[in-house]
Amino acid sequence: MEVPILKQGAVLIATFQAALSDADLNHLRMGLVQQVVKFRSRAVIVDVTAMDVMDSFASRTLREIAHMIRLRGAETVIVGIQPEVAFAMVQLGLTLEGVATALDLEEGLAYLTQKFKNTD
Amino acid sequence: MSKRESTTKDSGTRSNPNVELVRSEAPSELLRELVAHLRQNRTQLREEWVVRITETRLLTAMTKEEIFAEATSVYDSYVEALETEAFEALQAYARNLSERIIPRGVETHEVVGIVLLLRDVLARSLFAKYQTDFKKLNRILDAYEPAANRIANTVAVGFVQERERVIRQQQEAIRELSTPVLQVRERLLILPIIGVIDPQRARQLTEQLLRGIRTNRAKVVVIDITGVAAMDLTVANNLVQTVEASRLLGATVIVTGLSPEIAQTLVTIGVDLGKMNTVGDLQGGIEQAERLLGYKVEKLAEPR
Repeated sequence: MEVPILKQGAVLIATFQAALSDADLNHLRMGLVQQVVKFRSRAVIVDVTAMDVMDSFASRTLREIAHMIRLRGAETVIVGIQPEVAFAMVQLGLTLEGVATALDLEEGLAYLTQKFKNTD
Repeated sequence: MSKRESTTKDSGTRSNPNVELVRSEAPSELLRELVAHLRQNRTQLREEWVVRITETRLLTAMTKEEIFAEATSVYDSYVEALETEAFEALQAYARNLSERIIPRGVETHEVVGIVLLLRDVLARSLFAKYQTDFKKLNRILDAYEPAANRIANTVAVGFVQERERVIRQQQEAIRELSTPVLQVRERLLILPIIGVIDPQRARQLTEQLLRGIRTNRAKVVVIDITGVAAMDLTVANNLVQTVEASRLLGATVIVTGLSPEIAQTLVTIGVDLGKMNTVGDLQGGIEQAERLLGYKVEKLAEPR
C-alpha cells in the first residue's frame, strides 16, 4: 500500500492509512529516510489519525524511523494518535519513548515551528 | 382429570351432610371457585388486610389513603395472577409498584410482609368458608398454596430487582460526577480526583481524560490527588499509564497533591518517577502549567 508523503517546505508529512501490513511498515522505514535525504528535510510528521490499532511491531517501527531520521539531523513528530489507541498502547507498554508526539497535524507543525525558532 | 362417580345419589348427599363425596374437581376448577370467592368478598377481605398491615406497623412511610389505593391494586393483581397464572404480568406489576414506592422509603421486609399478610388473610377466609368440608378445604389449599407462594416470591423478587437497578444507576451517576475534567485556561485541563480509586474508576478516569484532551486540545493537564487517601500498586501503575497516554496525545501531565502516604507507596513500589512531573499542591501545579503554556500572571491592583 502506498503511503502518501507530502512536502511542506522543510517538513515531510507522511499520512499512515488504517491497515498497514508489516511489509508496508518495513517499506516505509526505508522510504521515509530516503525522502529525508533526497529533500534535505529538517523534520517528518507521521500522521496516524487513521490508525485505529497500533501493535508492537508498528510501534517499534515508528521508534526506529524516528531514530534513523535523527541520524540524518532531522526531527520526527507522531501526530493523531486516537484516545482509544493511546490507552491500548500504554497498557501494552508501548510508550514511543524518545519520540515527539502532538495532538494533530496543526499542533505538530506548531511544535516544529517553535523548535526551529529556538534552534535557529 | 377423571371424575370419580358419587357413591350415592346427589339428593342423598344434600340432605345427608355426613356422607362424603368422593368426586374430586380438577385443580383449575378449584382455582376458579377460589378466585370467585375472592372476588365476591373483595371489599371485606381487602379491608381486613389493610387493618392487618396497620396493626403490624408496616408501610409507615405511606398515608392511610395511599395504603388503601396500593392495597386495592395489589389485591386485584393478586387475584388476577391466581386466575390467569400469568406471572410475567405480575412481575411487571411488581417492578412498577417498586418503582413507585422505593423513593418513598419502603423497605424490602415491608413488601414481603404485606404480601404474606394478604396470603394469610385469604387463607383464613378459605378456612372459614370450607370449615364444614375438611377434604374440600384440603383440595382448595392444594390449589391455592403453590400459587400463593409463587406470587409472594414473584413480588419479592420484582421488588429486589428494582432496588438493585436503582443502586446500579446511582453508582454510575456517582462515578460520572466524581471525575469531572475541567478546562481552566485555553489548552489547560484540571482533573481533581476525590475519594477511593478502584481499578474500574481508574480506567474510567483515563478514558475521560484522554477524550477531554482531544476535545479541548489541551497541552497541559493537572491531575490533583489531594482528595485521594491511598493508592495501591494497580492504581499507581494506572496513573503512570495515564501520564504516558496523555503524552501520546501531545499533552504534558502535572500530578499534584500527593499525600506523604501515597508518596511513600509510589517510592516503595518503585514507580518510575522520572516519567511523572509532580508539584506539591494544586496552586503550584496550575502556576507551573501556566508557565509551560507561556502565561504570565501579574497583579494589577489590590482586591476590592
